[in-house]
Amino acid sequence: MMETPCHISRDEALIFERSRPGRTAYSLPPLDVPTVPLETWIEARWLRPEPVAGLPEVSEVDVIRHFTRLSRWNYAVDVGMYPLGSCTMKYNPKLNERVARLDGFALHHPLTPEELSQGSLEVLKTLEELLCEITGMAAGCLQPAAGAHGELTGLLLIRACLEARGDPRRKVLIPDSAHGTNPASAAICGYRVQTIPSNARGLIDVEALRRAADHELAALMLTNPNTLGLFEEEIEEITRIVHEAGGLVYMDGANMNALVGIARPGDMGVDVIHLNIHKTFSTPHGGGGPGAGPVLVTAELEPFLPVPRIVRRADGQLVLEYDRPHSIGRVRAFYGNFGVLVRGLSYILTMGPEGLREVAETAVLNANYLAHQLKDTYEIAYPGPVMHEVVFSDKRQRAHGVRNVDIAKRLIDYGFHPPTMSFPLIVPGALMVEPTETEGREELDLFIAAMKAIDRECRENPELVRTAPHRTRVGRLDEVAAARHLVLRWRPEDQSARSQTSVEGGAGEPVASPES
Amino acid sequence: MRYIPNSPEERAEMLREIGCPTIEHLFRPIPEKFRLKEPLRLPPARSEVEVMAFFRELAARNAAATEYAVFLGAGAYHHFIPSVVEALISRAEFSTVYTPYQPEIAQGTLQALFEYQTLICQITGMEVANASLYDGSTAVAEAVLMAERVTRRREILVARSVHPHYREVIATYTRALDVPLRLLDYDPETGSVDLNAVAPSTETAALVVQSPNFFGVIEDIAALAERAHDVGALLIVAITEPISLGLLRPPGELGADIVVGEGQSFGIPLSFGGPYLGIFATRERFVRQMPGRIIGQAFDRHGRRGFVMTLATREQYIRREKATSNICTSQELCAIMAAIYLSTMGPRGLRELAEQNAQKAAYLAREIARQSGFQLRFSGSHFNEFVVQSEQPVALVLERLCERKILGGLPLEPYYPELRGCFLVCVTEMIPRSTMETYVRVLSEL
Repeated sequence: MMETPCHISRDEALIFERSRPGRTAYSLPPLDVPTVPLETWIEARWLRPEPVAGLPEVSEVDVIRHFTRLSRWNYAVDVGMYPLGSCTMKYNPKLNERVARLDGFALHHPLTPEELSQGSLEVLKTLEELLCEITGMAAGCLQPAAGAHGELTGLLLIRACLEARGDPRRKVLIPDSAHGTNPASAAICGYRVQTIPSNARGLIDVEALRRAADHELAALMLTNPNTLGLFEEEIEEITRIVHEAGGLVYMDGANMNALVGIARPGDMGVDVIHLNIHKTFSTPHGGGGPGAGPVLVTAELEPFLPVPRIVRRADGQLVLEYDRPHSIGRVRAFYGNFGVLVRGLSYILTMGPEGLREVAETAVLNANYLAHQLKDTYEIAYPGPVMHEVVFSDKRQRAHGVRNVDIAKRLIDYGFHPPTMSFPLIVPGALMVEPTETEGREELDLFIAAMKAIDRECRENPELVRTAPHRTRVGRLDEVAAARHLVLRWRPEDQSARSQTSVEGGAGEPVASPES
Repeated sequence: MRYIPNSPEERAEMLREIGCPTIEHLFRPIPEKFRLKEPLRLPPARSEVEVMAFFRELAARNAAATEYAVFLGAGAYHHFIPSVVEALISRAEFSTVYTPYQPEIAQGTLQALFEYQTLICQITGMEVANASLYDGSTAVAEAVLMAERVTRRREILVARSVHPHYREVIATYTRALDVPLRLLDYDPETGSVDLNAVAPSTETAALVVQSPNFFGVIEDIAALAERAHDVGALLIVAITEPISLGLLRPPGELGADIVVGEGQSFGIPLSFGGPYLGIFATRERFVRQMPGRIIGQAFDRHGRRGFVMTLATREQYIRREKATSNICTSQELCAIMAAIYLSTMGPRGLRELAEQNAQKAAYLAREIARQSGFQLRFSGSHFNEFVVQSEQPVALVLERLCERKILGGLPLEPYYPELRGCFLVCVTEMIPRSTMETYVRVLSEL
């Protein structure tokens, strides 16, 4: 094996390392206007004397091969099950991609006059209306570019609303099982964060909430179902406590895949909710975005929504309304991640009301099926009927010196993307599994079989699990060393770093990407 | 439903296996009164044919760049996108993946983002860059918050020549934190920041400028950096048209401390305003205060090079309320588009493209200024945008152009009441000379 020369596709260099002077990948038409010395248009002192140093010089073939090879080192939803808890990695329909790429949308400038933008405005208005119906809210804003951006927007709305009531408050309550974005968003909005503990069943400790709900309470940020996959059964009492204390209820809609078509947050007393179009509404996550995090609100909060609002005039024309004195202002330039939003609308229109209900039903069934089949093998910290996801722990496997991270890495060898690890924080050694509705039974059964096989390995050959993954292009990377000796960009002198790999013969080892 | 693999029979079987009598029963934790008794009032499910027809009809109602010549810029630019960009990012291995929490099976995304960070450093002249923020407007707001952390000061000076949307987003982000914002006026002659009006104090955390600014005018970054640094404040430079960096000296060379911007010009479609790409670059010494994901080089135990998300201790999922930002999902796929785009253009392509933009804009500006009743509003240096002052009402001028399928520019009065009769014009490589000649003819006939 070591003598066999390794094809470059196994160890693709950085694009800069592929650069060869004189290669080109671009083409431009000839300049068709009479030219003037540039200095007559731009003061000479602002001009670069030379082209940007360091940009790679490669051919089009080089570009295609380089990025295609890189792409093959990724594990993707289109390859197999991607059960990252709270991330809702469902199938991303191809129809939506085609819709977003229609020239009329993709080549539509955001500052085109309104009367010449009726198609795109109709997309946004329709989506806003349908999301209101799905969540049971009164109005919405599509500007936020992601879930955390929606949280920020929602909290600013709450702040504006309480100030308008003449009762600004300082405190936001967040359950200990919440996503990290919740407290981070609250901090940006100038709020003090107080953590609410979970009770023995993994739900909000309602008595603790009651004690914390004082005259300083601005909002409770609630994820429902929560990150343990459990529905907050006392939701009615929870929202009542917050409202009686004079606060508002913010719902993190990251887990809406469990509720869509089944129940509506607006009916439960939620005042503000954000949705993740890139989770529940099927748009591709892109390796960390783009997403979209629309915010939906009750009628009381509507006056505070960001500008512009899209308003339908009596004659049916859609216009952008800026004159809204109570608005919190813009949270983003233009109107949000339109290309993501149009995909989300395409999804909702494809599914229809029954289809969306079937999504939640199947997602919840799939999670319960996994919980049922694996509960004798892996500890479930908070048993109870789960919704769309289930949180296992490594408690039993830990006895053999194997931790959740090892189990996750070993799953890679079995051809799966691992679950979310070490979250929520209240479950030590958590493995948070969200199958989504787009996994069929045979894929779920393969996952169950893999998890059981790994449990056997934990008992019989724990070292195999502790050193996993074994079948990937690179093994576990030393993140501690990476943070200590920061290399955040390529520089010409870093060529030596690369030679380290070939000297040690890494590229010659029998490594395979999971998809091969 | 075609996106749900399991058939009704399979679902029934699974229910039986887990000992659950009905699907309804799975939802028993939800109080009965909140469970919907009726289907949602949504349009009924549509086939692929019907959905496509619905959106085609809507798309046809827009004046898109296929049918209209777009002379609109102002933070969103109609540039040519090489075919390779679309081909590569359409690969499911790039698009249908999550944030790279498992580096062993995400090296494609991680290496591409590391390359993106390098490319951004190269074109901005900065030392470190993150792996993207939402867009230019939120990137500049994040830069303001970072400057406050770095300097432990409060006041922010923002040039009025910064994109109005960006200024609004800064105001929204900082209002809750009671950050004092002061506006800096522009020189009515040149259109660049009035250096005499720039009076930062020892309370000032940062000076925020844009170059080329909203009027298309290039700012004196070196002089502004000096003013800021004299009092220990940071200079934040926003860029909405990064193609300009193919031709202009980079802000990093001129003393900028944070360079933020909109990366849409790098291979990302107009798409009615998003998704775009928030660029964020700064000095190495500030890296621990930088928001967003950062990709770093790492090695496995065999010495094989790979890439990981690093400096996670700044981030919300570790630090919660003490994080440098709340950002989680950002725009990584758009960053990869930019990496593919810049790799394709290379140093000479980017230079030639920037020159074409500048020459074409200079040509149209000259031709417009020759028409009676029209002149260039500002005397400063420009790249591919400029402000035209018209003696005729702007609405009339733009309407006449629109009749010839030309989106002729952006009226400035709604943003700057004093710029009555002014509109902003952008010219990119997508505008052929013949269209510019039509443009000028329409003006001459007014």
